[in-house]
Amino acid sequence: MPDTILVVVEQREGKLNRVSWETLTAGQALAAETGWALEAAVVGSGVANFANEVAGKKVAKVYAIESPKLEPYTPDAFVAALKQFLSSHPAKLVLMPHTYQVRDFVPKLATALGRAAITDCVGYKKEGDKLFFTRQMFQGKLAADVSFTSDAPWFATFQNGAYRGDRVEAGATAAPVETVNVEIADGVIRNKPQEVFKEAKQAVDLTQAEVIVAVGRGIKEQKNIEIAKNLAEALGAELAASRPICDSGWLPMDRQIGSSGQTVAPKLYLALGISGAIQHIVGMKGARTIIAVNKDSEAPIFEIADYAIVGNLFDIVPPLTEEIKKAKAGG
Amino acid sequence: MKILVCMKQVPQKDAPLKLNESGTWIREDVSYEVNEPDAYALEEALRQKEKHGGEVVVITSGPARAQQVLREALAKGADRAIHLEDNAFVGLDAFNTAKAFAAAIKEEQFDLIFTGLQSDDYGYAQTGVVLAELLGWPHATIIMQIEKNDAGIRVKRELEAGYFQYVDMPLPAVLTIQSGINKLRYATLIGIKQAKNKPLRKVTMADVQSAVGNNLQKIERLYIPQKTKKTEHIEGPPAEIAKKLVDKLRNELRVL
Repeated sequence: MPDTILVVVEQREGKLNRVSWETLTAGQALAAETGWALEAAVVGSGVANFANEVAGKKVAKVYAIESPKLEPYTPDAFVAALKQFLSSHPAKLVLMPHTYQVRDFVPKLATALGRAAITDCVGYKKEGDKLFFTRQMFQGKLAADVSFTSDAPWFATFQNGAYRGDRVEAGATAAPVETVNVEIADGVIRNKPQEVFKEAKQAVDLTQAEVIVAVGRGIKEQKNIEIAKNLAEALGAELAASRPICDSGWLPMDRQIGSSGQTVAPKLYLALGISGAIQHIVGMKGARTIIAVNKDSEAPIFEIADYAIVGNLFDIVPPLTEEIKKAKAGG
Repeated sequence: MKILVCMKQVPQKDAPLKLNESGTWIREDVSYEVNEPDAYALEEALRQKEKHGGEVVVITSGPARAQQVLREALAKGADRAIHLEDNAFVGLDAFNTAKAFAAAIKEEQFDLIFTGLQSDDYGYAQTGVVLAELLGWPHATIIMQIEKNDAGIRVKRELEAGYFQYVDMPLPAVLTIQSGINKLRYATLIGIKQAKNKPLRKVTMADVQSAVGNNLQKIERLYIPQKTKKTEHIEGPPAEIAKKLVDKLRNELRVL
């Protein structure tokens, strides 16, 4: 029997999280290269619809792992369910998207099984019989190829955007779907989650902006945001920021771009004084064109920038704003 | 409330990193600092102590240089420190680091254990959750607020895209703390002086050897990432850069 790759997709608030298609794409690529079987699973209560949706893709089988205690999500319930499932459905490799929910339970699941998780991977490499998972280190400055030195199951999570969800292969026919009911004993679930809510009134929808001017720590002080604001106005762009700027209250939370904020893919993204930490990059690497201004030539943002300006943003931006105004005025 | 804060020393954010000869790690001749999310975790613990009384203990594992992180924490108001000091602790995976911590605090009775949500060097985001499982404690991650109540605590979990969720939990529990949960304090001169007299317990690998095993994963190679994108550098004095950019914005990118 060939080894199995199991992709555990994510459903939340009654929807399949679209990032799951990215993980399935990764699973399909790995299955093709290793010759291992590819299966998928959805975990929750009343998740048959999601399982059927996944069964439309090129995958050997889909499981709906069911228990009423799996809704709402808690790490205790999800780990109990998956641990039970994996004991009767052994897998070589278990793949998941590196979402906040997966981060909340996959290390617990791996530990409960005495196994390892390689998290936030951006790809993999197969060299002969050996499988390496590639991940960024030191906030993107370096990359590492990591291997498992433990027994299966191996757990790996993939970073948002590491694979293209739209590249997932459809199946020739619908894959079989099997419901697996799991038992979660009383007392297993210790957390009591409340309703999910959005805090800030979303005054601006950055995902709709064609041009975004974003500021990071390099802006140094709150009063300097004016410089970026002027540029944004001149360009007809929306103003956005990396997390630290919003944490300091210099810009409201709904202007945050990154894993905790908005994910955007505008026509043009100008990153001013942003180093390019992973948590920010995942929120904007889909931009069509990226222009970065940073005084540190080694800043990771330059790895994904189409245009790089290594220099002091306080020197660079004001003349740029003026030049743009001139150009717009017909100069 | 007795709170343990797990802290890590990492290379400074803007430190230029060089690969070692074998390409398996970085050269250690860089400047180090406290892992930023851990600083927020410490600050949160200190605030909880100020509100509810109790004790804040800080722990780190790493070579001698890592003591700096503990000293700073003591100077800010932590009461005691535990240093797993041994070169053998460097390069341990999250599983074994958590095992070492669990062994080191075996005799203690904490109500809460905080870690930063992830480290700025590895960025795995696992150690806190692994530790919770090893201890058999409930946990919650990416926490932005903690309120004590009669049944335990109510925490505010951060989710993606601006969403949040409150979760009620019993104690003891492990929480991984998100940056920006609070504003960091500076150590005062008095604090720095007092830190010198606060207890700092050293733990060697031999002390926890029975708990720690082989790594379950291995960094086979570390390297400068291959660039897939073609980056064009725009150079010159600011006025020239401005003109070049406007030219691109207008003619190539068509946003003007």
